[in-house]
Amino acid sequence: MKRKHQRMLLVGGCVLGLSVATILVFQAFRSTGELFVIPSKIAAVAPKNGRAFRLGGMVEQGSLQRLQDGTHPTVSFRVSDGIASETVTYVGILPDLFREGQGVVALGKLASDGSFVAQEVLAKHDENYMPPDMADELKKTGWNPNKGSPPAAALWNAPKVSG
Amino acid sequence: MIAELGHFGLALAIAFAIAQAILPLWGAHRGETRLMQAAPALANGQAMALTVSFACLIWASVADDFSVMNVAENSHTLKPLLYKITGAWGSHEGSILFWCLILAWCGAAVALFGNNLPAALRARVIGVLALSACGFELFALLESDPFMRLWPPPENGRDMNPLLQDPGLAFHPPMLYAGYVGFAIPFAFAVAALLEGRMDASWGRWVRPWTLGAWCCLTGGIALGSWWSYYVLGWGGFWFWDPVENASLLPWLTGTALLHCAIVVEKREALKIWTVLLAIGTFAFSLSGTFLVRSGILNSVHSFANDPARGVFILGLLGLVIGGSLLLFLIRAPLLGASGVFAPVSREGALVLNNILLCSITAVVATGTSYPLFADLLGGMKISVGPPFYNATVLPLAAPLFIAMAIGPLLSWKRASLVPALMKLWWVALIALLVGGFCLYGMTALPAVFMAAAAWMICGALADIVERTKLFRVSLGNSFSRLINLPMSAFGTTLGHAGLGVTIIGIAGMSLATQEVVLVHPGETVNLAGYQWTLNGLSDAKGSNYNARVATITVKQDGELITVLAPERRAFTTQTMTTTEAKIHTNLVRDLYAVLGEERDGAAVLRLHDNTMAPLIWLGALVMGMGGLCSLLDRRLRVSVPTRAASVPAGAKKA
Repeated sequence: MKRKHQRMLLVGGCVLGLSVATILVFQAFRSTGELFVIPSKIAAVAPKNGRAFRLGGMVEQGSLQRLQDGTHPTVSFRVSDGIASETVTYVGILPDLFREGQGVVALGKLASDGSFVAQEVLAKHDENYMPPDMADELKKTGWNPNKGSPPAAALWNAPKVSG
Repeated sequence: MIAELGHFGLALAIAFAIAQAILPLWGAHRGETRLMQAAPALANGQAMALTVSFACLIWASVADDFSVMNVAENSHTLKPLLYKITGAWGSHEGSILFWCLILAWCGAAVALFGNNLPAALRARVIGVLALSACGFELFALLESDPFMRLWPPPENGRDMNPLLQDPGLAFHPPMLYAGYVGFAIPFAFAVAALLEGRMDASWGRWVRPWTLGAWCCLTGGIALGSWWSYYVLGWGGFWFWDPVENASLLPWLTGTALLHCAIVVEKREALKIWTVLLAIGTFAFSLSGTFLVRSGILNSVHSFANDPARGVFILGLLGLVIGGSLLLFLIRAPLLGASGVFAPVSREGALVLNNILLCSITAVVATGTSYPLFADLLGGMKISVGPPFYNATVLPLAAPLFIAMAIGPLLSWKRASLVPALMKLWWVALIALLVGGFCLYGMTALPAVFMAAAAWMICGALADIVERTKLFRVSLGNSFSRLINLPMSAFGTTLGHAGLGVTIIGIAGMSLATQEVVLVHPGETVNLAGYQWTLNGLSDAKGSNYNARVATITVKQDGELITVLAPERRAFTTQTMTTTEAKIHTNLVRDLYAVLGEERDGAAVLRLHDNTMAPLIWLGALVMGMGGLCSLLDRRLRVSVPTRAASVPAGAKKA
């Protein structure tokens, strides 16, 4: 084994490892990347094939309902982005920071009736927090989160919100 | 007054650090012995000044000095004493000061234990450490001053985030930081080697114990963090592939590669350039891990102390340290000289494979962590990557690594053949197949495969010891005396590899975990995983700074009492925040885990988990850490190096 051959083998090994890694990454992005969607974009953007995505928006004031399915406690609430809203159902314990009128991100899929079934509901450990993704998307609907706290949900639900 | 003393200590440390960066490096460059000899004293001075400074911060916190802004924002008179102390490194400013403190201690450690290093190398290592310390201490002083006064002082503080008021989190950050910052020493050695343009086997021998120490701390820190999120966040999971977690995993992966690579440098003087690059890369990941997360550039569901406004300074600093060292690497690396030659199938070859796979995994995890950021910047796409992404990318790369882990240690250096090594592993393969087949009865395919892989790794690790002691081929007594004479590092390898196997069992076993969310009235019983869980009642309790609601749950199996769990919901008065306290009963093979949710008309929402084999995840990490310690205790690492470098003085090192 000459030094030159050894170097070629090493470089070849590295290239092979990295290309396998690249292929895996692209494959995985195509099949598992979780899109962030706000309610008004669901019809246009959300994956229909039963793939999970993240739904973000504000929890509508007064929309939280506690239901019961056998011994399983279920909750349902509406998530709004000021233009459209989407019903979310979730079996489980809501995060401690879940509040009506505040931001929420739910990971889940669309059910056949068009409602959103969440596997996971995320709220940050900080009550003033809004995920940057959500802040950006919500800005496009007319409200700038840097200009203060979100408008009241009643107002928020109206089609035109200025901020 | 105390706060001003701390502030002065920090400023003094910077003065020391600047002197410590310039004098020894200049001295080493010009060959001036007196300048080089100043290095240890300056390093000790810097460490002492920062120690005093940090002690002042703890003092201010314990004495409830709310005129210090950092204390006012993170403490409260009613906060328990333990958390007043640990709060000193829980806040943003405090954590940065703590980071600098550990870096200064690293410099002092090299000064203290580095007596057998060549004078120029030691001076350069200490100088490089100080050079990076300068930047971060300046950041602490100018941008995130922990001793900033507040006037008028508030009557009471705003208290610490209740999630952080937990004994697990009291010890997680120091451990993790010791791991992160510990990799500064291999980094400094690498940069020093580049400056010298010379690197030999003894370099590998000096670097290895420091790398091992940092690696042990990082392993422990990651395990503690994962355990904390398991029992405090109450989600029942142990790893969320969150940016914060990934940030700690990345240096662990490259650090593990570095650990193995340094062996090749030490034994065979090969792979030198690669090792230097790995040392730089590991510290770069450590730095970006701490600071990108802290600066809020990567957002996460559980980062606590961050402040986006400071991001620019941090980015500049990171660019300077990482970019500077990479530039130096580009210019000087060719000087390090040719490597020893080895066949593809050999111990070196196996270690190269280990490195390629570990670095590929690193690349994949780094891509997944940073992709959402770039996707947003470039295409305006909002995509996040969750556990399915990492499962699909990391597992295929980890599988060959697991297979190679058992074979590698059985290969000889320089040239080996695969067939005899595989022949020695026939019984390991048999056990792995049996375990896999057995697991297929209760599990789906993927976890069963990983159970088999874990059995292969654990038995393969033992096979190395079996081979070295010639068990069953010579008399038992003979084997025993061979076992006693084995170097400690052999046990280190075995424990390290077997520990990873144990962790893999735990992770694969979690696929058997079952959970249920139920709404029950007091007195009602739920069946889960062969246990009867009865809610006995709900009651109120009071802690020093919170009010709690406690559910008492008895768990029985076939009428026999297993345990009584009392999960709580705590409402913290100052921070107006509620936390859920999960309660766990463990027998080291299975966790019974209960969380109390909200209450509805006298009934309580409970989430009950039966986590089979979950404790093995952390036990495995403990075994891995013990493996690292074993290697660290190896005599060969402590005794002075046989001189290949001419300048090494003889004489044993006290370590």
